Amino acid sequence: MKRCTAIMFIGVLTGALAANAQFAGRASNPLSATTVPQSRQIQPAELAQMMKAPGSQRPVVFQVGSFVMFQQAHIPGSVYAGPGSQDAGLGLLEKKVASTPRGKLIVIYCGCCPWNKCPNIGPAYEKLRNLGFTNVKALYIAMNFGDDWLAKGYPTEKGR
Amino acid sequence: MVHRDAPNFARTDLAGQEINLKHYRGKVVLLNFWATWCAPCRLELPEFEQWQKKYGADGLQVLAVSMDDGDAPVRRTVRRLHLEFPVVMGDARLGEAYGGVLGLPVTLLIDRDGKVTAMIKGEADLGALESQVKHLLDR
Repeated sequence: MKRCTAIMFIGVLTGALAANAQFAGRASNPLSATTVPQSRQIQPAELAQMMKAPGSQRPVVFQVGSFVMFQQAHIPGSVYAGPGSQDAGLGLLEKKVASTPRGKLIVIYCGCCPWNKCPNIGPAYEKLRNLGFTNVKALYIAMNFGDDWLAKGYPTEKGR
Repeated sequence: MVHRDAPNFARTDLAGQEINLKHYRGKVVLLNFWATWCAPCRLELPEFEQWQKKYGADGLQVLAVSMDDGDAPVRRTVRRLHLEFPVVMGDARLGEAYGGVLGLPVTLLIDRDGKVTAMIKGEADLGALESQVKHLLDR
């Protein structure tokens, strides 16, 4: 009886841990934005300045977060290529970046949530590096796009 | 947004029910914008489910708006978290109606007269939020 109880307990515990891991995996498996080295981060003020340059000198900018948020407001000229936390989003990013020269400055951004909780930037950054892009930076958004870009007066546009 | 009438919306929730915000006049509404990929959101939602059970009889109604791009992951998450309050799919239009939902989570408290009394951007202090809910319910 005691062995049965122990076996049942282990079974229940294993199941609970597995279920938790499966669910926690969506938050804990994706690379955190904090894995992007500081040297590969760019601040909003700097990017806003860069975007004033003539077309060919501007970086290629991809929003790798939420399409619903992209539609509400995004950096002018940026292209939606996400979400980075999902395979389909990484596939879209790979497709969108296919014709970009490997040495071109690419900036990815998200702004869905605080930097250390963003599930999209890390995988997108890793994807681009694995594809051979040598000059990738991530826009550092401390809290969210609304507060750290729009509210600061940097330009945005709506729609697709 | 705070102290203004909450913008009305009518959506069909994941269970196929029509959800019209104005039908909840007389109740205290906790309106939460979230997404399946938002870790802080997933931590809050089970708490809101507990509050719905605890305060529903006193007039609390939790409504959740998913800002995911598709409903399949939302349905899976709702099942996993055992959420029973209405969940509708949001979009850019609804986000814009609420001043632009450009970060998640966003949680609003709407009083019994339909006025927004609080708008919390980001992860909420759940203790403080619950106090605000109880205060509105006591009015």
